Amino acid sequence: MKETVVVGMSGGVDSSVAAYLLQEQGYRVIGVTMQVWQDEDEAAKEENGGCCGLSAVEDARRAAQFLGIPHYVMNFRKEFREKVTDYFVEEYLHGRTPNPCIACNRYVKWESLLQRSLALGADYIATGHYARVEKLPNGRYALRNSVTEAKDQTYALYSLTQYQLSHTLMPAGDYEKSRIREIARKLGLPVADKPDSQEICFIPDNDYAGFIDRQAGECVPGPGNFVTASGEIIGRHKGITHYTVGQRKGLNLALGHPVFVTRICPETNEVMIGENDDVFSGELTCGKIHYMGMENLEEPRDAMVKIRYAHKGTPCRLEKIGEDRVRCIFREPVRAVTPGQAAVFYENGYVLGGGTIL
Amino acid sequence: MGQTIYLDHAATTKTSPQVVEAMLPYFTDYYGNPSSIYSAGSAAKGAVMKARETIAATLGVKTNEIYFTAGGSEADNWALVAAAEAYESKGKHIITSKIEHHAVLHTCAYLEKRGFEVTYVNVDENGILKLEELKHAIRPDTILISVMFANNEIGTVQPIKEIGAIARERGILFHTDAVQAYGHMPIRAEEMNIDMLSASGHKFYGPKGIGFLYIRTGLKLRSFLHGGQQERGRRAGTENVPGIVGIGKAAELAAERMEENEKKERALRDYLTDRIEKEIPYCRLNGDRERRLSNNVNFSFRFVEGESLLIMLDMKGICASSGSACTSGSLDPSHVLLAVGLPHEIAHGSLRLTVGAENTREEMDRTVEAIKEIVGKLREMSPLYEDFIKKNVP
Repeated sequence: MKETVVVGMSGGVDSSVAAYLLQEQGYRVIGVTMQVWQDEDEAAKEENGGCCGLSAVEDARRAAQFLGIPHYVMNFRKEFREKVTDYFVEEYLHGRTPNPCIACNRYVKWESLLQRSLALGADYIATGHYARVEKLPNGRYALRNSVTEAKDQTYALYSLTQYQLSHTLMPAGDYEKSRIREIARKLGLPVADKPDSQEICFIPDNDYAGFIDRQAGECVPGPGNFVTASGEIIGRHKGITHYTVGQRKGLNLALGHPVFVTRICPETNEVMIGENDDVFSGELTCGKIHYMGMENLEEPRDAMVKIRYAHKGTPCRLEKIGEDRVRCIFREPVRAVTPGQAAVFYENGYVLGGGTIL
Repeated sequence: MGQTIYLDHAATTKTSPQVVEAMLPYFTDYYGNPSSIYSAGSAAKGAVMKARETIAATLGVKTNEIYFTAGGSEADNWALVAAAEAYESKGKHIITSKIEHHAVLHTCAYLEKRGFEVTYVNVDENGILKLEELKHAIRPDTILISVMFANNEIGTVQPIKEIGAIARERGILFHTDAVQAYGHMPIRAEEMNIDMLSASGHKFYGPKGIGFLYIRTGLKLRSFLHGGQQERGRRAGTENVPGIVGIGKAAELAAERMEENEKKERALRDYLTDRIEKEIPYCRLNGDRERRLSNNVNFSFRFVEGESLLIMLDMKGICASSGSACTSGSLDPSHVLLAVGLPHEIAHGSLRLTVGAENTREEMDRTVEAIKEIVGKLREMSPLYEDFIKKNVP
């Protein structure tokens, strides 16, 4: 009997083509759109077409209808709030800069969606991510860089478990982005020319601080001081949730030369400011370690590391320095190591594992 | 997979072949405008009149008290907004129930924004309106009471006659949203003290896009649409002649077959309910056992997520729903199930099966088998169920 795969369809071109590719490969394909976030705001509702007509759902439904596959909408609002938006807000309040996509992938897509899909009788879930799932000679599953280097999405997927990976298909990872669009156009898929999504899905206006204010209300710490490393107060800031390490713009500090955020100190409600050189680090420590391609890290080893989504990667040496602690020593100093972001380790384009920067 | 089993008659019904047949000539032969003087027009006008008479007769009301609308939601909107505006000099207070359809609830919310006050009366655990609470809610400035005849999710039938009597005694207008009830059970507007009543064609084997509002003579409601003199000047726009012919024919057939259909549906309903209760543990029948629509079954299954259940039923060719069709895209638990006192997590996981006269006992058997299998499977995967069994089963 044909194997069944549930494709998470966002209404975009990548997941729509992924569904088509799997169909071509002979799978029985079921499309599912995950409703994770519903803006209560009237204006946004208007824009998205109201309760039953969120445009993403409509687009996904149209694509599924076009491909002739069944399509369902599943509600993940509760999981998304608990695991993604609450976490996002909490991290900012603690002076860290989280990556919500990592949390969403790990807990919403690959936990809740996978579980519900397996319950439906599916063998796999699939997405339109630009990444590849492969089984390594050591018997472990690992993600491999997409052939589209510019769109590689392995970074935000490093925390998937072996079990999750063994039930995952990512057909788009074998293609260039331009090729995916070409396939969509050739098929006449209605979403072929839809632009790529850019911002965090639940903050379409990109105003993180405003979102945190709305969500956390009175828990948001107010203005405080900009300080130097030696403790000198050099100005007032708008609240720590407005800043991230390495930030230069929007500080409103006229010191005659460019300055940068070097640290955020939630205990004292201060934002530390320094020169360009102060933003560079020789190493980082991370916790909440996930092992993917490597089973563990008993012996120190060389690897590549990415410290944020858009980072192209830098050589480093990894060593375990305690229970659930890994130190990563860069060969060359790296700019803006940001607590809360992930450090993801690679070897030859395969994800070895990663952790959260402390 | 066998043939599709349609168990969502509360969402919509198939247009009956006789209804389609009755409608067809009004697309192709008698397409004239009923307001014209030539004979093709007057044929259409005659057909509209006949449909109006048929419907009026089913309710025991006068022909000129029936106004055709584009459906149940329009009728609800019209009734509430127009009554509020017409009687606002007397007062700005409206009473309704917590379990109304959104066509009523959202119209009430709109009126609240326009300065009206709305009291939402509670229902008991079976979904029956609390009459004492209704009486207490009445104030000198109350101008309208609107309570649905039968609930679309849990099928509960309200004591409409009593509610109407309470309203009439105090000189308050009484509207009932009878979208789920009309054509399925006998309704006598005058006997039941109803001033306004909404109904919709596609809920009783008529076409979609057509409904009506009964307005008792003497109510000074403003026009819903302004323009021509159609519907006695109260709802302008060229009549939907085929639709009106269709709803008229459907009303006629519904009246003819009511007793027979009700009996058939009730047998299927009771059989389905009985088997589910006997064969699937940890389930709960929502709504009142006796005072309920003859076609409605609504269950909650503990530890089962309604959404997965529906999808898996669909994969087996069984059309069911979780509550109302309009909430399938919504992320909120059913307001009706919350109102009857179900906790949030269970209000998310209910299953509504609404049978029709064409369903068979064999289909009920297949449905029960499918539900049994799916519920079992979903529970097997539920950590909550696992914990529960460990704690409660020795």
